[in-house]
Amino acid sequence: MNYSSGEIWLIIAVLGVGTFLIRFSFLGLIGDRPLAPWVLRHLRYTAVAILPAMVTPLILAPPPGDDSADPIRIAAAGAALAAGYLTKNAIWAMAAGMGTLLGLGWLVG
Amino acid sequence: MSTTSPKTAYRRGVLNALPFSFVVVPFGLIFGVVAIEAGLDMVQTMGMTILVIAGASQLTALQLMTENAPVWVVLASALAVNLRMAMYSASLAPFLGPAPLWQRIFIAYMNVDQTYALSNQEFEERPNQTLAERIAFFWGTATPIIPLWIGASYLGALVGAAIPPEYGLDFAVPIAFLAILGPALRTVAHVGAAFASVVVAVLLAGLPWNLWLLIAGLAGMIVGAEIERRVDRAKAAP
Repeated sequence: MNYSSGEIWLIIAVLGVGTFLIRFSFLGLIGDRPLAPWVLRHLRYTAVAILPAMVTPLILAPPPGDDSADPIRIAAAGAALAAGYLTKNAIWAMAAGMGTLLGLGWLVG
Repeated sequence: MSTTSPKTAYRRGVLNALPFSFVVVPFGLIFGVVAIEAGLDMVQTMGMTILVIAGASQLTALQLMTENAPVWVVLASALAVNLRMAMYSASLAPFLGPAPLWQRIFIAYMNVDQTYALSNQEFEERPNQTLAERIAFFWGTATPIIPLWIGASYLGALVGAAIPPEYGLDFAVPIAFLAILGPALRTVAHVGAAFASVVVAVLLAGLPWNLWLLIAGLAGMIVGAEIERRVDRAKAAP
């Protein structure tokens, strides 16, 4: 890394302020003005629309120090999603996912 | 009743957030380790984690800094990762928008993946809550999540590279996202939105600066809203 201390702090400060402004945007601007029904209808799907897009490349990416996707990780991701969908409980989903990851990793050696 | 129910809502927020501590802690540890390895000092590492509180964008910034990318590329990419939070902000605005400005400033600062997902689910499931209960619930979710995030980053920075990669700690991150996603797939519209999001993300994976993330998110929202509209119309028809 070849940045000066000033450049590093510039990155930290702008990233901090910029992230805050993104998070504040609608909460700050809109206040208590109600949103249109079609806007609300779209916003209902923000989480289920963003999370899969974020998670897909993380599952398909090779683990650190590897050069191809890891079938154990794909299986663990599948187990977490299935358990979460069926039980509607995030704890079981995480237990199923991490359990599959560590269990299969141990079996395969 | 109105004096006790915000307390109840606060407690429920804390309890609902506790399982996500298992997730925030490894994620924070990973950031601390990676930041020190990349060459940040302890003050810079903690400065970043306290000011930004957004693991994915912090890791994006570190990755590009390790490659000595220009400062503006580091900033544009890391902020692009966080643009999804504009949607979080918009999604919470109808519920928390009437709160006083100073409270909205603190809520915005702590509006991270976990506090947002838990609060949004709570507000949708309990539409009759008062504003005070909603604010109390949000504070409840932030109470374990934010200090644990900062503490875990600190611990990660202290232990540095001592954690071996074969522990699979990095994979706790996608598992956490899936653990939020699975229970949220309540209707065919939710499933359709998620499916569209994955397809678009894979098709556009080559786009720079995480643009695929924003486009896939928008596509998922449009598909979900359209399915909901058609289901509602079919129900209304004789």
